[in-house]
Amino acid sequence: MTGFILRRLAQAVIVVIGVTIFTFLLQHLIPGSIARAIVGPRATPAQIAGFDQEWGLNRALPLQYFSFLDHLVHGNLGYSYKQNRSVDSIVAEYLPRDVLLVGTSLVLALLIALPLGMLQAVRRNRTADYVGTGVSFLLYSMPTYLLGLLLIAGFSIQFRIFPPSAPQAATITGILAHPSGLVLPIATLTLVTCALFSRYMRSSAIDSLTQDYIRTARAKGLLERTIRYRHVLRNSLIPIATLVGLSLPSVLTAALMVEYVFNFQGLGLAYYNAALTTDYPVELGITVLIGVATVVGNLVADLAYAGLDPRVRYRSS
Amino acid sequence: MTFDAEPATAAPGAPEGGEVRDTGSVLRLVLRTFLENRLALVGLVVVVLVTLFCFVGPLFYSTDQVHSNLLEANLAPGFAYPVGTDQNGFDILGRLMAGGQSSIEVGISVALIATSLGVLWGAIAGFMGGVVDAVMMRVVDVVLAIPVVFLFIFLATVVQPTLGLLILVLALLSWLGPARLVRGETLSLRTREYVQATRVMGGGSWRAVLRHIVPNTIGTIIVNATFQVADAILVLATLQFLGFGLPPPTATWGGMLANGTNYLFDGYWWQVYPAGALIVLTVLAFNFIGDGLRDSLEVRLQRR
Repeated sequence: MTGFILRRLAQAVIVVIGVTIFTFLLQHLIPGSIARAIVGPRATPAQIAGFDQEWGLNRALPLQYFSFLDHLVHGNLGYSYKQNRSVDSIVAEYLPRDVLLVGTSLVLALLIALPLGMLQAVRRNRTADYVGTGVSFLLYSMPTYLLGLLLIAGFSIQFRIFPPSAPQAATITGILAHPSGLVLPIATLTLVTCALFSRYMRSSAIDSLTQDYIRTARAKGLLERTIRYRHVLRNSLIPIATLVGLSLPSVLTAALMVEYVFNFQGLGLAYYNAALTTDYPVELGITVLIGVATVVGNLVADLAYAGLDPRVRYRSS
Repeated sequence: MTFDAEPATAAPGAPEGGEVRDTGSVLRLVLRTFLENRLALVGLVVVVLVTLFCFVGPLFYSTDQVHSNLLEANLAPGFAYPVGTDQNGFDILGRLMAGGQSSIEVGISVALIATSLGVLWGAIAGFMGGVVDAVMMRVVDVVLAIPVVFLFIFLATVVQPTLGLLILVLALLSWLGPARLVRGETLSLRTREYVQATRVMGGGSWRAVLRHIVPNTIGTIIVNATFQVADAILVLATLQFLGFGLPPPTATWGGMLANGTNYLFDGYWWQVYPAGALIVLTVLAFNFIGDGLRDSLEVRLQRR
């Protein structure tokens, strides 16, 4: 197990370094130069040179990369020249809201999707399964924002039950003080994520149901209920750990769309607004953050998988 | 995700290893899949109908989608405009056709390029193994860690996309899935006797990869390519909705939805729902096809 953890950790570190190199190279795709983009098209060569001097942009690329990495290691994601504040402070402002939105939706989606997928697998090719599969297919094929718009049209315009936009308070407690505004954003993200997870759960449970140990359990006369909880459910949950980790980028993309539609002031919306104002440091800082979060998420999921399933540990050692 | 395909249980009296089938060529396999799987057939019919609507429709129903006509803006569906007009006075029915063209073109081109790239990358990584494999797959991990939409938004702030550039960038961001899948299959294929036999006979690595490994992963490839089309159309609609797709005056489904959203509270439903329905219908159809193909093709190929 130790060998597996070490190897997997080393892999994750390499990928994180790769993510930082990739992001670093992205900022050099900007036509002209970063200085030109920030100081403006009318800047004189002297002003450009001064800006480059001030931010160390006139040094050799590898040197620039190492200072970029040095900053990252010390928790410094960069500096927004447009907003004249550090990217860290922007992240610190928006991240807790995303933890609220994405965290709640993920937990709700798992709570709904796991029993649903299980039910569909057990009642395979019967009405409940067809309905569940149909709905998850429909949600899966729908752009996230369209689902958000449909919910707004239904619950905010047709029936005035929930407000069409998220609470705009500056603090988390302020947002939580208006829970009705959180219903539609969280519902949208939960439904989209749920469609994804219940598909995974259904095929994972069907896979478990066809295993030999289930036949053995039936042969020794175990109750069908015992078989489902003891054998099917537990074994089907194992691959779900990895799949949930892998789906993090698509969940974050869905979160970006939810934030956009409901004007929920999260990191995704901050990223979108940074893109509109060509605030490159904010875009790159958030990109690095998401990349690292994904790698860490996958790492945790893989370690959980190995912890749950001894076969993984034996195979890899 | 299966609707009516049963697991590969052997019928009583069937030979060991399951039912024996005449597999024939890949084309025949694909054809038979569609005939057996009703949902895949429905998906195929929908794709054909949507394609005809978008590409042949304008020949019969010609509209001006470039010059705005503010006198005719925001009209409800009626005799002159079957699906109404948008805030610039564009005929929505005609705009749906024009918008679909770019969606389908992008979807299919992205799937073709991304799949070819991914298949080659995965097959080479899996076949070479060792350090080459480790390096190639870490590259995949790195690009996979950053969501496509975020990356695309960044690139869109740097350059104004054209149709060709859009296809290229989306393809360069979507080949990772097929690369992983094909690598996994290659790892098991490269130890097969017929691959080792090519080596004994003096065949080079390229020959082994292109003539023996890639053709044997064709089931996975076709299924994945179908899902790639669905994903690409969905990502495209998302980018267009955010305003990062093709610049005006190009008509796009996502762009129509973005405009229509401004009028959601005014009750101009025809500016939102037809475009939304077409996106969902097209993506759903491709997902059905992919699902049907997976049920039939992959199981059957495994039965060999």
